[in-house]
Amino acid sequence: MEKGKSVFGHIFKGFNRSSQHDEDISLAEECNRAEDAVIKIENLNIYIRNNHILKNVNLTLHDKKITCIIGPSGCGKTTLLRSINRMIDTTEHLRVEGRVLVSGEDIYDHKAEITHIRKKIGLLSQRPTPLPMSIYDNITYGCRIHGVRSRKVLDATVEKYLKGVNLWEEVKDRLHSPASALSIGQQQRLCLARGLAVEPQFILADESTSALDPISSKHIEDLFAKLRERYGIIMVTHTLRQALRIADYVVFMYMGEVIEQGTAEELFKNPQHELTKQYLSGVFS
Amino acid sequence: MKTKFIVEKIFFGLMIISVILVFAFLGSILITIIRNGWPAMSWDMITQLPGGGFYIGKEGGVLNAIVGSIYIVGASTILGLLISIPIVFFINIYLKNDSKLASITRLSFDVLYGIPSIVYGAFGFTIMIFLGLRTSLLGGIIVITLLIIPIFVRSMDEVARQLPKHLLEASYSLGATRYETIKVAIRQIAPGIATATLLSIGRAIGDAAGVMFTAGFTDSIPTSLDQPAATLPLAIFFQLSSPLPEVRERAYAAALLLTLIVLVLSIVGRMITHRFSKNKIK
Amino acid sequence: MLILTGLSLFLLVAIGIGLFFKSRLILSEHSLWDLLSGSAWKPLSGEFGFLPFIVGTLFVTALSIAIALPISLLSAIFLTEYASSWVKRVVFPIFDILAGIPSVVYGVWGTLIIVPWIADKLGPRFVDYTSGYTVLASGIVLGIMILPILVSLLIEIFTIVPQDYREASASLGATKWQTCSKVILRKAMPGIVAAVVLSISKAFGETIAVLMVCGNYAAIPRSLFDPCYPLPALIANNYGEMLSLPLYESALMFAAFILFFIILVFNIISRWILRNIERSYKM
Repeated sequence: MEKGKSVFGHIFKGFNRSSQHDEDISLAEECNRAEDAVIKIENLNIYIRNNHILKNVNLTLHDKKITCIIGPSGCGKTTLLRSINRMIDTTEHLRVEGRVLVSGEDIYDHKAEITHIRKKIGLLSQRPTPLPMSIYDNITYGCRIHGVRSRKVLDATVEKYLKGVNLWEEVKDRLHSPASALSIGQQQRLCLARGLAVEPQFILADESTSALDPISSKHIEDLFAKLRERYGIIMVTHTLRQALRIADYVVFMYMGEVIEQGTAEELFKNPQHELTKQYLSGVFS
Repeated sequence: MKTKFIVEKIFFGLMIISVILVFAFLGSILITIIRNGWPAMSWDMITQLPGGGFYIGKEGGVLNAIVGSIYIVGASTILGLLISIPIVFFINIYLKNDSKLASITRLSFDVLYGIPSIVYGAFGFTIMIFLGLRTSLLGGIIVITLLIIPIFVRSMDEVARQLPKHLLEASYSLGATRYETIKVAIRQIAPGIATATLLSIGRAIGDAAGVMFTAGFTDSIPTSLDQPAATLPLAIFFQLSSPLPEVRERAYAAALLLTLIVLVLSIVGRMITHRFSKNKIK
Repeated sequence: MLILTGLSLFLLVAIGIGLFFKSRLILSEHSLWDLLSGSAWKPLSGEFGFLPFIVGTLFVTALSIAIALPISLLSAIFLTEYASSWVKRVVFPIFDILAGIPSVVYGVWGTLIIVPWIADKLGPRFVDYTSGYTVLASGIVLGIMILPILVSLLIEIFTIVPQDYREASASLGATKWQTCSKVILRKAMPGIVAAVVLSISKAFGETIAVLMVCGNYAAIPRSLFDPCYPLPALIANNYGEMLSLPLYESALMFAAFILFFIILVFNIISRWILRNIERSYKM
């Protein structure tokens, strides 16, 4: 794959070299994460073209727990998720009010640095999106854009995170072949490993199992259950059963509002709100 | 500040400079042509044939070239359409997707597309000598037709390849023959045909090298196919090489005229294409 | 329909054979190597060296791409990735329309603006004397001529790259430029190569615009400020005289054959490269 490096890769290499000084961001240092990491959403209102998409959302999302956001289609689940790492910024005619605090830092503050925020909060999208490069380059992409150059560190990263998502044994002999040659389930695990390789505190998952076959889907779900020991996971899901299986906390949304939130046990066993009851019993979906 | 943000800023700056450069260049072309062409522009330019002594700065216009260009472009566009539409349908509907013949055809049209018009001109010229033809309207039409067929085929093929296959299947399943299916397909690729026609007209009207050998140049309007014909680009080219400033100014005016024709054509065409694409199934 | 398709395939072969047939006369008088490597052009005394013309053609084409490619890449990236949607709506059609301006107009612009600029402003800083009708002028005019086409092709190519890639890269904390240079350019590479091939073909065979600004002087250009004489200009300038001298006519047909042959080989090679890129990126 190295030889396949684009012509432009060569042209721009000179510029990348200059960022060598922050190479010392080693993996070990990355692990010193704040133990009390938490995401606080305060009075968040989002408008797109004068449509009120999110209405006064207040939430606390915990580290080392799985929070499932459930609700019918079009209720704003995905917008909420994408507002947590400012992925909604690309939307036109967008207006955001309120605050999203990640470890006490308001990410919508005009001084907030967007690449830094996104590094702390990984995203696993609905469909796997392997970048157009080799498996190895996919995993190391995040490290490389953040300035890691050392071959040794990169090699170790690849092995560590591929092992972390149980993909190492399947691909260790073809690390330099194109990532798009993998099966779709393998691709999704690769994307998860790629996200983990930049050492985020939180992982956002947007219906990340919905495009997969049942076995691959189970695989990702099991990984989430395992990753809960180290990361805070916030996932949007359509399947109530999935939420039942793995959620620690559940947030129920309807028409852009958070109707009810609580631990999985409370919310599933004893929903307070009429809408929640109806949704859980399958009256609407 | 981190290096990556400095790099980001540098490239953002370079991008802005590039965009400004592009618009400055293209703006400069339009302004130059308008500024130099406008003073010599007159009603006579469009409605008069070159009079005696036109090329030493006397009375006259470039009607011969305008009409010659229209003849050649009109005839070759129609011929080109008649020849290339069947080819596009043949490789897209009759042949299977992985057909060898289709891929060879596409490759050769890619090559034909890249062949310079001067080579077409030289080739057309040898054919004409072989057939005993003089430089004539017919010769010009043949060469320009050859020149624009690859443009037609390539741009229509691009649209035709994206034809939703289910549409063809639906048509077949209703018991339609291939011929009737083609009619369904035509409606789908109509905007593609319109765009291709525009592109071809633009290329045909602006081409000088191809007609230089084959259509020749004349001061009168051709009345039959075996007479030579003048074209606008050549009129510009010949007048521009004159030592007299008055004649050169006319070249600028003719260039302005040619630019205007092309711009109007493509803007009008754009509006028509826009209308066409409304009842297209996406 | 089969007949028409067959005929058009035959056309390609016919052009090649026809031109080759016509250039047999000169090939029987001089060896191929002499023709291609000779640098003396004295048709009246029977000396036909094509090297100056070949060098001139390649020099001018390379220069035009060197000018147009970086500018159009950066502009296309800016317009697709950075500009807001109303800018796109206004600007995209403008490029399509400008791409249709005939090359003779670019030539007129070149003689009015670029040639005097080189002769009076730029040239004197580097060389003692230059007429302005130079390799540089030809390169600039051709480069500007292919700009709108290249930009509008590249815009189309970048627009096709799925949004998912941009999000995947951004969600890992990449800056916009990092995403563009490392992901989008990479994903779009086959398209970029195809677009460049197309514009090289166009610049390579352009006749009238180059003829007007190149200087038409049959010697190998030593610098950007020397005049040159690309193959298409050679053919166009001398077509009137060639009927009187069979050997001269044959020489010009040989020039056309060289153009044809280079385009043919270039297309085949670029197709092969394209396939390799596609395979290695698995598009």
